[in-house]
Amino acid sequence: MALPPPDPQFVLRGTSAAVHTLHFSCGGPEPDIPLLFSGSENGFIHVWNLKTHRVNTALDGHGRKSVYCVETMGGKDRLLSQGRDQRICLWDLAEGRTSVTDSVFTEHVGFCRCSLLKVAQGRWLMAMAARSLEEVQILELPSKTSVCTLKPEVGAKLGMPMCLKLWQLNCDSQPVLLAGYEDGSVVLWNVSMGKALSQLICHQEPVMSLDFDAEKAKGISGSSEKVLSIWSLNEQQNLQVYKTHELVNAGISDITIRPDKKIVATAGWDHRIRIFGWKKLKPLAVLDYHTATVHCVSFSDHSSPRERLLAAGSKDQRISVWSIYAQT
Amino acid sequence: VCFIPGGLDCSISFVSHVLGKVCVHGRQKEILGVLVPHLTDLTKSDCIWQRICWRLVECVPDRWMEAVVLGFVQRAPGADVLSRLLGNLVVKNKKAQFVMTQKMLLLQYGHTTAVLQNLLGYLSLDSLRRTLLLRVLQELLETWSSSSAVKHSSAEQQLYISKAILICLSHLKEPEIESCRQELLTSMMEGVKCHLDSSLPQLRRLGMVVAESISLKINSEGPVLKFEYEEDSETRELKSLLVQTPPFCVVTSLPDNDRSEKAAAALPLIPESDEKPHTAARVMPDEELDAELDSDDDLTPYDMSEDKELKIKAPVYIRDCIEVLTGSRSEDVDKWEATVKALESLVRKNPAATREVSVELAKILLHLEEKTCIEGFVELRQRAQVAVLTTDPVPVAKYLTSQFYSLNYSLRQRMDILDVLVLAAQELSCPKFHGKTKHSGAQKPCNQLLPGSDSSKDWRRIVDERIKSKTRRFDMGQSHVELASHPNEFNSVAGHFFFPLIQHFDRPLTTFDLLGEDHLVLGRLVHALAILMYLAVNTVAVTAMGKALLEFVWALRFHTDSYVRQGLLSCISSLLLSVPTERILADMTEELLETQSWLGDVMEKDPDGDCRRLALQNLLLMENLKKKLEAVPS
Repeated sequence: MALPPPDPQFVLRGTSAAVHTLHFSCGGPEPDIPLLFSGSENGFIHVWNLKTHRVNTALDGHGRKSVYCVETMGGKDRLLSQGRDQRICLWDLAEGRTSVTDSVFTEHVGFCRCSLLKVAQGRWLMAMAARSLEEVQILELPSKTSVCTLKPEVGAKLGMPMCLKLWQLNCDSQPVLLAGYEDGSVVLWNVSMGKALSQLICHQEPVMSLDFDAEKAKGISGSSEKVLSIWSLNEQQNLQVYKTHELVNAGISDITIRPDKKIVATAGWDHRIRIFGWKKLKPLAVLDYHTATVHCVSFSDHSSPRERLLAAGSKDQRISVWSIYAQT
Repeated sequence: VCFIPGGLDCSISFVSHVLGKVCVHGRQKEILGVLVPHLTDLTKSDCIWQRICWRLVECVPDRWMEAVVLGFVQRAPGADVLSRLLGNLVVKNKKAQFVMTQKMLLLQYGHTTAVLQNLLGYLSLDSLRRTLLLRVLQELLETWSSSSAVKHSSAEQQLYISKAILICLSHLKEPEIESCRQELLTSMMEGVKCHLDSSLPQLRRLGMVVAESISLKINSEGPVLKFEYEEDSETRELKSLLVQTPPFCVVTSLPDNDRSEKAAAALPLIPESDEKPHTAARVMPDEELDAELDSDDDLTPYDMSEDKELKIKAPVYIRDCIEVLTGSRSEDVDKWEATVKALESLVRKNPAATREVSVELAKILLHLEEKTCIEGFVELRQRAQVAVLTTDPVPVAKYLTSQFYSLNYSLRQRMDILDVLVLAAQELSCPKFHGKTKHSGAQKPCNQLLPGSDSSKDWRRIVDERIKSKTRRFDMGQSHVELASHPNEFNSVAGHFFFPLIQHFDRPLTTFDLLGEDHLVLGRLVHALAILMYLAVNTVAVTAMGKALLEFVWALRFHTDSYVRQGLLSCISSLLLSVPTERILADMTEELLETQSWLGDVMEKDPDGDCRRLALQNLLLMENLKKKLEAVPS
């Protein structure tokens, strides 16, 4: 007899707007407080204290335009946020400050979240959708110099880039970008050379979100249709479809793989969060708490496995935090 | 009849006389049956025989020319043969010209397509005759584009003329089309307008096909006129006339082309199916490997039985439905869709609640427009309207009939009102079966209970059955063995449905003039009244309805639209079948006699075939009534 799915461990209320993005920062040693950053549709970034379940600070830096991406850069003192005001802001949050130290004007009017990758101490690469319709720009932070612009070939008709993931196999290898596009295809780009290595059509509808496991060279993507697509990268750097999984209801907003690569969480338009085993995509749980579409899911980076959490932000303005499969 | 080609002064006039006399006495088939094949062979290559043949026909006296020419045109196996046999007769002889260019095309319409092909092909084969071809085309187009011809000539004649036009077009060459392009264009525009105005779908389709073909010919490179209509055998036949296949030429190579195409199509398929096993094979080894390294089993899944498809719940109360449907919140489109789908069943399950808000609901439904793309929206709306009307007939009928004659409704909405009234009347008057209150004979039970502008096939069948059975059964389709008896709910409300509709038909409004342009709606109204009359059998109001209907029909009996006339004749049928015989003879004797003479007139002189049929049926019904009464001992 299977157990009924668990309830959320706690629910964070108080954003007063739909939650579009979440990011944990819990890896610091004691006495650091575990934090959760959330970006909302009203332009605020809330910094939640996970011990008291209250908001520590609210950051207002995007002119009340929706914030759809937040990421920390090496610790909870430096934050990067991306909003619908076409800007990416870099924040300094150390010692209680809440100031924007720098910003990048992307001129991107879409919803494509940027992707960060730490390449060296104090140096990051950021991939973001650029002004021109099909292009992705790679910038180096904090210098904001452009590394390259990835343009699909003429006539490729990929549409807008919908989701990005920068990764490298290990510290010495080349950074590579995986980009999901509006026409349903995922393209693997070589960042240094600026050219596409492989393209795979995964979906009939736009790719809404993707995530990639660099160790197993396997990735997963979700779209506005009912199918989840799992694909792999072979030695020749070619993408090929590994498996597909059909869902009960159509529409996935976000997918994320837990850092220990054991489970995958998807955020659905049908208000449900689904958990799958990463190895064979075995359906494990369907968490049905929210009353509107779930926009984002995120796993925490707790160093102790038992404290690991999963957070989901939804249009119903609540953030549900779950502890699931934390014992393994 | 065998000849010896003698000297050039051989006189054939005697033979011509014989031929002419025989033909005019009606023996064309026999004599030409022998003559034409012989002549065909003989004239194939021999010039002298050709000239003899021409002399033969030219010498036929004028008073018999028509029969001979007609016979030849009908018998000749092809236009080229006809050309060999008749030569330039049509140019030289005035009578032959009249017969071939005027009588056979414009005054008669019983000839087959093959005959038309012969005739027009013959005209096109010689440069001297081509001028006649152009003249013929012009006259045909004049007839085709004249609105009075479209209104008053029968469908068969219009079909014939359309075929002739298409065949002419197929024979025209580029320079000729150039020279008369402007006239073709003007005629096409006028003609298409008259045809589309007609209430009969067959005529509309004819107009569309011919207009498309003309446009194709005059605009071969630019954008071409294209109509949307349902293809059927008639339109396909018409379109095939536009292309002239030269005889015996490409036909044999066509099967070869088909075969090679099929072979080519088969080839690409094979390489594809070869590839598939490859990809399948590649995936397999991966899966097998993974099965061995499975350490994922320690993650036990939770219970996921609640994970079902997301369904938006429709409101459960009628007033909630009203709120959703009138609400302007565009976000709740899912709820709106769910409401529209659930409305009919809600109305039927909650009659008391519906009665409280019936008129409001009817108003909302009448004005409901499609917000999102639901399948079958029109049907859903109609069923909901019928449900509301049957639940609370009197006020809703009052509302709907008043709206029928109000300003600012589209024709479609007015016709929808009629459809809903008729469907509801049927439901109220028929005994209820579980879930099957539909007329089993109709193809699209909801929208098409009113005979669409197609001739009233269902009605003829029903009326025929009734005449045969002479019983009064509500049987509108298959007969059921035992009908559970229910009180006839239509009884109390029949008048409310009927009389308001008949009241204001002669009062034109600014946007709605039944007796003027909107004769399509008038036609539908008349058919609706016929059905309501039919359904009113055994109700108390039936005699009054009958009288009112008879007056109505009398006022409109000379209407020019054949669809309206068909409706009026159906009204008479319904009347004769529904009103009890005693009442007919007691209250309506004089009107009936007048109607009888009118029906006789229609039967003989009406250009529309269906009207004549219906008139005949009505006369038979009247005869039956008389007989029945005479049979009853007084």
